[in-house]
Amino acid sequence: MIATALIPLGFLAVFFVWPVAAIVHRGLSAGGVAAVLGRADTWELVGFTLGQAAASTAVALLAGMPVAFVTARVRLPWIGLLRVLVLVPFVLPTIVVGLAFRTLIPDGGVVAIVLANAFFNVAVVARTVGGLWTHLDRRAEDAARSLGASRLTAFRTVTLPALAPAVGSAAAVVFLFSATSFGVVLVLGAAEYRTLETEIYLRTVELFDLPGAAALSLLQIVAVLAALVAGAVARRRRESALRLRAKEETARRPVGPEWTVVALALAIVGLLMTPIVAMVLRSLSTSDGWGLAGYRALAGTGDRGVLAVSGVDAALNSLRTATDATALALVLGLTASVVLVSLRRGRHRAALVEAVDTALMLPLGVSAVTVGFGYLITLDALPGDLRTSPLLVPLAQALVITPLIIRIMVPVLSSIDTRLRQAAATLGAGPVRVWREVDLPLAARSLLSAAAFGYVVALGEFGATSFLARPDAPTLPVAIGALISRPGELNNQMAYAACTLLMVVTVAVVLLVERLRAPAANLGEF
Amino acid sequence: MSTAACSLSGGDQPAAPGERVVTLVTHDSWAARPELLEEFRRESGIKVEVRKSGDAGALTNQLVLSKANPIGDLAYGVDSTFASRALAENVFAEYRSPEADKGPQRYAIDSSARLTAIDVGDVCVNTHPETLAQKGIPEPKSFEDLADPRYKDLLAVESPLTSSPGLAFLLGTIAHFGEPGWTDYWRRLKANGVKVVRGWEEAYGQEFSGSSGKGQRPIVVSYASSPAAEVAPDGKPRTKALLDTCFRQVEYAGVLAGAKHADDAKKVLDFLASQRFQAEVADTMYVYPARDGVPLPPSWQTAAPAPVTPLAMPSDRVQANRERWVEQWRALAQG
Amino acid sequence: MSLRAKGMTVAFGKLTAVSTVDLEIADGEVVALLGPSGCGKSTLLRALAGLEPTAVGTVEWDEQDLAGVPVHRRGFGLVFQDGQLFPHRDVAGNVAFGLRMLRVPDGERQARVAELLSLVGLDGYQRRRVTELSGGEQQRVALARALAPRPRLLLLDEPLSALDRALREQLALDLARVLAEAGTTALVVTHDHDEAFTLADRVAVMRAGSIVQTGRPEQVWRCPADEQTAAFLGARTVLDATVADGRAATPLGVVGLPWAPAGRVRIALRPNALRADPDGSVDAEVLGRVHRRDHVRLVVRPSTVDIGEVDAVAPVGAAPQVGERVRLALDPDGVAVLPSA
Repeated sequence: MIATALIPLGFLAVFFVWPVAAIVHRGLSAGGVAAVLGRADTWELVGFTLGQAAASTAVALLAGMPVAFVTARVRLPWIGLLRVLVLVPFVLPTIVVGLAFRTLIPDGGVVAIVLANAFFNVAVVARTVGGLWTHLDRRAEDAARSLGASRLTAFRTVTLPALAPAVGSAAAVVFLFSATSFGVVLVLGAAEYRTLETEIYLRTVELFDLPGAAALSLLQIVAVLAALVAGAVARRRRESALRLRAKEETARRPVGPEWTVVALALAIVGLLMTPIVAMVLRSLSTSDGWGLAGYRALAGTGDRGVLAVSGVDAALNSLRTATDATALALVLGLTASVVLVSLRRGRHRAALVEAVDTALMLPLGVSAVTVGFGYLITLDALPGDLRTSPLLVPLAQALVITPLIIRIMVPVLSSIDTRLRQAAATLGAGPVRVWREVDLPLAARSLLSAAAFGYVVALGEFGATSFLARPDAPTLPVAIGALISRPGELNNQMAYAACTLLMVVTVAVVLLVERLRAPAANLGEF
Repeated sequence: MSTAACSLSGGDQPAAPGERVVTLVTHDSWAARPELLEEFRRESGIKVEVRKSGDAGALTNQLVLSKANPIGDLAYGVDSTFASRALAENVFAEYRSPEADKGPQRYAIDSSARLTAIDVGDVCVNTHPETLAQKGIPEPKSFEDLADPRYKDLLAVESPLTSSPGLAFLLGTIAHFGEPGWTDYWRRLKANGVKVVRGWEEAYGQEFSGSSGKGQRPIVVSYASSPAAEVAPDGKPRTKALLDTCFRQVEYAGVLAGAKHADDAKKVLDFLASQRFQAEVADTMYVYPARDGVPLPPSWQTAAPAPVTPLAMPSDRVQANRERWVEQWRALAQG
Repeated sequence: MSLRAKGMTVAFGKLTAVSTVDLEIADGEVVALLGPSGCGKSTLLRALAGLEPTAVGTVEWDEQDLAGVPVHRRGFGLVFQDGQLFPHRDVAGNVAFGLRMLRVPDGERQARVAELLSLVGLDGYQRRRVTELSGGEQQRVALARALAPRPRLLLLDEPLSALDRALREQLALDLARVLAEAGTTALVVTHDHDEAFTLADRVAVMRAGSIVQTGRPEQVWRCPADEQTAAFLGARTVLDATVADGRAATPLGVVGLPWAPAGRVRIALRPNALRADPDGSVDAEVLGRVHRRDHVRLVVRPSTVDIGEVDAVAPVGAAPQVGERVRLALDPDGVAVLPSA
């Protein structure tokens, strides 16, 4: 088991710890860190970063829970589409979403930042919590109700504690995403609001103040670690064995007050769709009424060849890159989840397990520019000089997707009854065979869901991709970024048409992935 | 994993075995007609692999960080605001292109011939005459006009902290008003309701009334070339650049010190400075060719002529003061 | 073909769940590990299976130490209290699981599945989903699944206790028959002595982590090792007695115990040791009565001897009311003999 743990940890060490340590070390060795830490506005920066992240997490949780309930517990014909629609915000480039929120909330500010962060992250809550909720035995709740608990009390005292590991997982991920949110804070905060992330970017890229950036990076790492440890302590031992049930058993038509929750979830998804609909409308709007000029231009290489390839080719590039990243992240994430769950089941020291768990989450909480600049001064030591290789795109994306997969899979894997695995062992299945025969099929649905989620994140990834993707093979988000930074009406229509294309591709891919089932004879209907 | 294998080789024409490959490191705004690069490949036998590295600042800093083992053979896109940092760090090797005699040398940054000018870009205040006419206000002409109460709440600018044209506009006001006059000017701009946003996409694409975003403000900081993209169906420009407010940035290319394919990189640099490539930079990258005697596209002649006497600032002065100015500006804008 | 555990100790941190236990199971023998909840009997079973690490002591199979042999190589089948069927597989898929692990060819596998389903009384259940089965059916499938790969030892952890009583009794008989027909060597963990005595050739009584007594069922039944064991087996009233010529003289009269050792002994009475009998020698007042399935359970206070309240039984048709007086006689079937103190 320890040997298996080396795969994800080794990946993390080479593609995260080493580059970050190298760039921070270079900054620190130049001195001047104490001066940065001594400045009052540095600490205001820390406060604002954590504060807006906490607020965004709260809003995303509040908005995500009804959606999680509906996608997990309710059997209605259009639920499948709802599950997919909440993922759409994730693929949209932050610049485009930022612009959309500026239209809706013209003066921007903290409220707009928090809402936009929550907008991106409702899917994290819906997916992570919904994944466990789908398999939760309904009867515990029924028992509480029969003992006189109101629906709300039954939810609070029975369902919520059972969901706690997934809620904790989701909260940790949303917090990290919000704490390192970059484009949203810049676009909606304009010159007024700054976070550690935006300031690290400014210091590294524009001012080349590496000592200042290193000091802030260290602060960011410490702050993120503190938040993660706090989350881990709250989560500890909540991940218990539950009796998992097939979705067919747990989902049913809503009854009574459940319709209120359904209505609430629909309203939330409706709100999520508002900026998206606005984008689609913009893609169709021309100076003389409605038109498809943007889409027609996208079939080619754009106005005067801005794109180098056609929009369709860019979509195909997106799919290819995302496939690589997801495949890699699935291998890493599943291995890491299996190791984490095994360590937790074994009699290993809880502190060690939590440390590994926290370490695996860290890539979500550290500035992409710190990692990217770290790559520049480290990765040339590896054979093949990965710094400028297109291979680095899926590697960098996998770094972000892997923690997401871990956070979805660990609660589900931990909730599989150990005795079921022991039954398989006494029947002659070795440890690997047990994972293949018991854990994997039982967690297959969640794994597919995690894969779809990771795929969507990879599809929408912009930062690493724009640095590393070949200009002659841009992905859709990169193409959108190029189009939207050009003047001219056609370029603008094309940018929004490309957004629409990206959304359509996303929905299609996720629907396809979620339709996948391993052969029914083997897996039954779980 | 078979999909992974096929996907990594897909979508690209790989270099033929034994083919000479030169890696060009550049910024996000790089664009070139693929056919043009393919033509060059056929004639010279050199395949140009392009690697984008963020904006001009990110590009420069990446070159500095990786100078011990450069990430490519030549770089294009280090501009006059970042050039002195790159030169001080000895990122570039000396090379005097034969094509440089045809004009680009007039932007030579120092005597060492390490950087060759490829194009120039001018950041200017753009206006939307139609909206101004509706409001019954004459068009502004100068920096001073923008602080006039007649133009209250009409100007949108980008933050110099996060935007390249934003920084150029700030440098333009400093070049024009000098120190410490520029701070007074910005105080007056602030009192006159200037709207500061993060980047060009918001300022031009959303706030400006003359773009497809149909915003509220008829005056915005953009490029001298922008009006060329806002031509009405009748051929007349809908927006215009105020040529007395322009700040010029020169974009350079240079062979990287320690390049693995230095000789071929020189040929690519010659190509970038050649008549053929220079004739296309206006259309593909919205910049003006650095080479003398390269005609602009017809639509640019009327909509986006090159400014005759733009403001400029020596690279080393920008380098020496950038952080201080930016911090001063931040205090002004937020205070 | 036999299991031998020597000096086994299993500890969870500071808590010692099983303490220096010795246990042997011979080929084809069915042993019941009987004890109250929390006595460590399930832990002992799990340690034998290899699911819990043994702190001290050895487990041997045919004199081969199993210390380094992982669970899946021990060839010990295990039936859990609640089945633990694989929810993602149908009945046949569950039963065939162990055969697949042994790479048994498909045809042979199907035949074996059919054979076992027939053995446990579930003919034709192959394609049923396990989530649709009743509790009893699930346990039968679990048993078939564990037996399918012909384990050298079958471990059953409270296999019947999750079921209702009627089903439990029926299934206990079925289980005894199946184990006998399959000729399986087995260890059954249970807290129910009826179950233990129904199933086992030999019973090991466990208390607080230690085995306190092993023996044939009637031996344990008649001669519990000590007072606590007697109480666990339902014999809670302890009296002094003198045995001579196979007859024991007790304060409640004389009873024939031909198997009891002669001399001064202590006897322990189960509720059915005192029967309502018009010819009985003991007079008592009825303090309480509870109707049971085939008899009435009484709480009485004998007037002839001062031993407080004791249990007694009466036939349903002739049970006295509370407050009435009743005559009682000793029944040797309800009497256990304890070693003298």
